[in-house]
Amino acid sequence: MTAQSENDPRASTDTPSEAALAEAKAAPSNSGIIVCDACPVLCRIRPGNTGACDRYGNMDGRLTRLDAFVVTQRALDADGKLVPFLESAWDGSLVPGADTFVTGIGAGTTYPDYKPAPFIVSSTVEGVDMVTVVTEGIFSYCGVKTKIDTDRYIGPEQSAVRVEGEQVGHVTTAEYGSQMLSLGGVRHLTGGSKREGVATCETLLALCNKLPVEMTVDGGAKLVVQAGKPPVIDGVTENRMRVGCGSATIGIFAQQWQGHVDEVIVVDDHITGVLTEHQAGRFLDMRPSGIRVRGRRSTPGRYFQVANPGTGWGGTDIADPLTIIEKIAPKTAWPGLKLLMVSTTGEHSGYFILDDALVPRPAEIPPAVAKVVARIGENCEPALSTVLFMAGAGGSLRAGVTENPIGLTRSVRDALTRVTSGGAPVYIWPGGGITFMVDVAAMPDNSFGYVPTPAIVAPMEFTMRRASYDAMGGHVGHLRSLESVIGEHRVKAIAWSGSNPWPMTPIKGGAEK
Amino acid sequence: MSVDVALSRDGRRLHLHEGPIDLMIEAWGEANEIAAAHAQAIAAFDGLLTELAAELPLLRQPLVDVPPALNGSVAQRMAAACWPHRAAFITPMAAVAGAVADHVLAAMCRDRFLSKAYVNDGGDIAFHLSSGEQFTCGMVADLRAASIAGRIKLSADMPVRGIATSGAPTKGSGGRSFSLGIADAVTVLAESAAAADAAATIIANAVDLPDHPGIRRVPAWSLDPDSDLRGRLVTIDVPKLDASAVDRALRGGWEVADALRARGHIYGAVLALQGRFAISNAIERWLLAA
Repeated sequence: MTAQSENDPRASTDTPSEAALAEAKAAPSNSGIIVCDACPVLCRIRPGNTGACDRYGNMDGRLTRLDAFVVTQRALDADGKLVPFLESAWDGSLVPGADTFVTGIGAGTTYPDYKPAPFIVSSTVEGVDMVTVVTEGIFSYCGVKTKIDTDRYIGPEQSAVRVEGEQVGHVTTAEYGSQMLSLGGVRHLTGGSKREGVATCETLLALCNKLPVEMTVDGGAKLVVQAGKPPVIDGVTENRMRVGCGSATIGIFAQQWQGHVDEVIVVDDHITGVLTEHQAGRFLDMRPSGIRVRGRRSTPGRYFQVANPGTGWGGTDIADPLTIIEKIAPKTAWPGLKLLMVSTTGEHSGYFILDDALVPRPAEIPPAVAKVVARIGENCEPALSTVLFMAGAGGSLRAGVTENPIGLTRSVRDALTRVTSGGAPVYIWPGGGITFMVDVAAMPDNSFGYVPTPAIVAPMEFTMRRASYDAMGGHVGHLRSLESVIGEHRVKAIAWSGSNPWPMTPIKGGAEK
Repeated sequence: MSVDVALSRDGRRLHLHEGPIDLMIEAWGEANEIAAAHAQAIAAFDGLLTELAAELPLLRQPLVDVPPALNGSVAQRMAAACWPHRAAFITPMAAVAGAVADHVLAAMCRDRFLSKAYVNDGGDIAFHLSSGEQFTCGMVADLRAASIAGRIKLSADMPVRGIATSGAPTKGSGGRSFSLGIADAVTVLAESAAAADAAATIIANAVDLPDHPGIRRVPAWSLDPDSDLRGRLVTIDVPKLDASAVDRALRGGWEVADALRARGHIYGAVLALQGRFAISNAIERWLLAA
């Protein structure tokens, strides 16, 4: 309302003030709100948010206990095949009669009080007495190894990887069709400034919980990394992982090109391949084309450093492929020579015919050649970022399992104790300790937590025969039956991921009673 | 009874929980006195949340010139603690954690012989000290990366029985502890936890750079439809600031803190933002190195 009506005694008192109107308009819609009835506060919770306690949240329109203690269940049909649970209709309550594995997710921790793990569960599987020790490890010695499937240049090896300006890790080796990042580790978590530690902890937590993280590489690219999703490099989503290096691509497709083109150059930041000069072309008795590319020749037909690394063709900085041609030998080349230039994913390609002056002129690509270019693409796997969590469980955490920690280490070494993380299989590094790696994609969502130390909290389960547990000096006085554990009020059941081996399958060998 | 009760293994610390309230309680004295104090604390806590929830609509209203007609004793403690700050925007909810701590402490100390005791409600602490006793209290400079940045010695001869910390949300993303300002942590000492809680909220709100474009703010009710802050912009992210900007923000909070101290509402405050500190004069002499 205007200043005039404000002073007007006849103005209706029901007219809302301008401020009230603006406030009403600014109010976001109340759709999707659920009411939590877990306590008398009766919080109304927006989608994706939590109530005042932070224990309950609105997950996809459903009231969800966020600190639930997770068990996974599977049901097998008569043929031993996994019966799928109806995820959308399932509210997380236990399915009677299904096989149940108690995970460490939400189990809690005993750190730094060295006492028995939160749950030491006894059960009988196929007539064998089994024990699963379930806990959550608090790891300062931990990090993630991230594999980014790309040929694009993301930055020099050893460069700092930063999140919000803080160094959280570094670029490590380039692997086949991919680039490795090493993120986290104790030096970034606790060895730097507090802000560095917090940024590192937040980065690890998000990556391990399968959330996207934006990061920058010093002297390199801006990345968005998310487990199981294509990497985004300088704003470009990577679709394909290359079929091989330039030389390998030549080798794979040489026979299919023969007879359709006279020369093929596969442009690659690492190893650019030139067909007629390459072993594959020689083997097929192909006529040398006289086209020489830039860079350093490694072996015949294989060239290093034809261009600078970049986000153009084949992970180089070039946009026009002809720029990598150093010279065309007039005595060897001939007018009408058919030249294909292609990247290692088939995403970039160009077809040229040499004119009478031996200058490559763009021409329409013949169907037979286009087919092979398309086949390069077909043979590329989807480019993904993958995240392996790595941590050392060989320290004080063992005291929650046994009075004699070395007994656990030896039992794991001897493959008498199976280690899982959230039910997912782990790889145990050889050598001392229980240093393990686990693919976070194989774990249930939101398996990880943190403490402000800062350190990452990850679920751990140690499964073994009862006899092995006795033999290692386990806390047998704290054994509880599976039935009593799953009777806990905050248990949430989720469906077993069929691609993981079932952890409760009895382990062969070891001490027998 | 709908509250969760847990006693630590050594029998010293009592954990009480219902809904959004978590209390850590410890008392010193004869074993039977401690046991009786624990029983009194449990009795005082049982039903407290239900009583508070019944008056939530009124407790979420801003204080203006008429004291709200509240019935519950915790609700009355909340309104009383916030009353001196009503010239700024404040609702009694600003003192809820401290008022619960004060209420349970008072109940557990009644008719008991305890040399000292505390009730810690998520960082807002009410404590009892008999003559000659003292607590050493650790302070954190950043609620998101809690480690001890300094310590305060609290002795019985000091007029302080409450300590509270406010600032950047400590809860998981989507939590409901919002600030209008940008402080990492503001710790306040006062005669009660409720008084400290209310003042810490006001001071933390005043640590601010209102025109800084990099600070991300959203209306409170976009996060919590029932927030007492309604459409007010609450801080959700603060970028790295240069030292002069940090000092400017801290100065704003310090002025509010010092005015409260001069009027006797608080006894001191420590303000922290991105590794820099402002300390109101009165408590410098009680600070110990970390």
